Amino acid sequence: MRFLLDAEQRAFADSLDAMLTAADTPSVVREWSRGEHAGGRALWSRIAQAGVFALAVPEAYEGLGPRPVELAVAFVELGRHAVPGPLVETVTAAALLAGLPDPGAAKRLLPALATGEAMATLAWTAPYALDGDAATTHLALTPHGLYLSPGHGPVRPSLDPARRLTPLDPGGELLSPDPPTAQALAHARLTTAAQALGVGLALLDRTVAHVRRRTQFGVPIGSFQAVKHRLADAKVALEFARPLVLGAALTMDPADIAAAKVTACEAAYTTARTALQAHGAIGYTAEYDLSLWLTKARALRTAWGGPDACRAEVLGAARPGQDRVSGDRRW
Amino acid sequence: MDLTHSAADEAFRAEARAWLRAHVPPDPLPSLETEAGFAAHRAWEARLAADHWSVVNWPAAYGGRDATLVRWLLFEEEYWAADAPGRVNQNGVGLLAPTLFEYGTEEQRARVLPSMATGEVVWAQAWSEPEAGSDLASLRSRAVRRDGGWLLSGQKTWSSRAAFADRAFGLFRTDPDRPKPHQGLTYLMFDLRAPGVTVRPIARLDGKPAFAELFLDEVFVPDEDVIGEPGQGWRIAMSTAGNERGLMLRSPGRFLASADRLTHLWHTRGSPQSTRHRVADALIGARAYQLFTYAAASRFLDGESIGPESSLNKVFWSEYDIALHETALDLLGVEGELADTDWSERYVFSLAGPIYAGTNEIQRDIIAERLLGLPKGRR
Repeated sequence: MRFLLDAEQRAFADSLDAMLTAADTPSVVREWSRGEHAGGRALWSRIAQAGVFALAVPEAYEGLGPRPVELAVAFVELGRHAVPGPLVETVTAAALLAGLPDPGAAKRLLPALATGEAMATLAWTAPYALDGDAATTHLALTPHGLYLSPGHGPVRPSLDPARRLTPLDPGGELLSPDPPTAQALAHARLTTAAQALGVGLALLDRTVAHVRRRTQFGVPIGSFQAVKHRLADAKVALEFARPLVLGAALTMDPADIAAAKVTACEAAYTTARTALQAHGAIGYTAEYDLSLWLTKARALRTAWGGPDACRAEVLGAARPGQDRVSGDRRW
Repeated sequence: MDLTHSAADEAFRAEARAWLRAHVPPDPLPSLETEAGFAAHRAWEARLAADHWSVVNWPAAYGGRDATLVRWLLFEEEYWAADAPGRVNQNGVGLLAPTLFEYGTEEQRARVLPSMATGEVVWAQAWSEPEAGSDLASLRSRAVRRDGGWLLSGQKTWSSRAAFADRAFGLFRTDPDRPKPHQGLTYLMFDLRAPGVTVRPIARLDGKPAFAELFLDEVFVPDEDVIGEPGQGWRIAMSTAGNERGLMLRSPGRFLASADRLTHLWHTRGSPQSTRHRVADALIGARAYQLFTYAAASRFLDGESIGPESSLNKVFWSEYDIALHETALDLLGVEGELADTDWSERYVFSLAGPIYAGTNEIQRDIIAERLLGLPKGRR
């Protein structure tokens, strides 16, 4: 037992963090929200060059995967920097395509996902696919099978302006009549959980910086217990979500992943509420960059299995009274 | 990253499980906070100790098994899963023993630890005073120099287990002239039955004498019962607060077992929709606490100290524990009101969690100031 990221995994996170910090992601997010994708595509290529999408693509299809722990590490950083685009959807599409009984579609579509030349989105648990207007590969999972959709409908706005929701056009090429979906759902929930954790961590960091700087009554507002204690609670919530996310990446157990998803998303959302309150009116403006994370925290909570669905998964796995042996019984 | 345990560690777990299966009393012991229950729990400690299961992580020389932190975690998982009795000597084992391992003399360890391991001597803590609670450093009980030792005078309160315990440990002011309140304090051990000690039990919320006030009137303590240097008491008491002890105050095994029992109760009550969310959160919280602790243990084994992170841990488990037991009482419906059940005993115990071992308000201040870097302010 050694439940710690190794030096290489930490260095991977640090290098992504440095790259995304230098990329001025807030301005990329704002362009993306207006449907201007040039900056987002450039950032997408750099993320792909860092190997992020390849982590979800098996070696047989020119990827490095599956490497769920490294994926989780990467998605925490993507969330921390509010990177826009169908990140989770591309990883989920990769897991879905890699698991098809007939390898034809995987051979054709996966290498470009790994390199970042292609950007995938996927309509499955929701009637909309994320960022269909930017994606180059549109997958629709319907009761009749998995289709390569011919295109997308008009954009509907999300509470998070950087998430552009599009219905996918019906029909298209049938890739598989009955695709296995468990691995894809696991990847979707895991990476959403990691992204939410990153969103929460960024919200906490920015709020800590704000309350140290902002003075009222002649002192920093961060010296008031009413402020401190809410931020302390956010810290507790995020620090207990983190091991669930990394543990889930390690076991890829559906109940572990569901627990990580609901906990990380709740922690991020609680932190968002605290961040908004501690910032006061400036936090309630679209203009202030905090909004990029505030709105995402809300959207991720219901994406890829909301709190009820995740809790149901955990309850379904619970085996009260049975002996606990590592690798055998977790719930 | 690796969450699997070695075959040797799993063998240790299996050995613990087999022993517990064979020895855990089939019926719950009477409440630890009653005279009869205290005696029964003390006898259980002796039974554990006879086969070296009472303090598995201690050196064998003092009654342990030299178990690693990981094995201690596995033992705790098995212990609580077996529904074994509460630990009457937790104050001694969890608070005093780590201090003795770090600051005590070889003579003190040899004298104090073996009888602690068997439960022959049960220890109470003596930190708080009527005017010194969260602001512990303002304590006024004093120890005055006397040939070969010290004379203790003053009043301690909220002393857990003191109603029936044998000895106690705590901080006393030995140098009242130092400029700052946390200077001039000394960490020492004393006999609760020594001349000059009056123990007045205090009934907790359910009427059981779970703690006591201690009135001390020139109680003699020999030099051999001072831990570390006189005047260094604050540093000694606090330095072990953040490390291993912070990690070991409540093991994940307790909460994994409690979440299991709650899930079982929920099923026996027809899996009602109204409590579904809270039962799931109890399961998830136990898993989160287990993984958080594994991560902390891994860092500890790498030689890192845990430090103020233990405040995250304390806020989490104390609030978790109450929420879990509130859910259980709600599931029990009208029976939830009955005071003579295991659930209600544990519920009442859980209510104290956010108050003892540093209130959660103090813990949140520590998180905000030392982990988040927020400025100090008026409390």
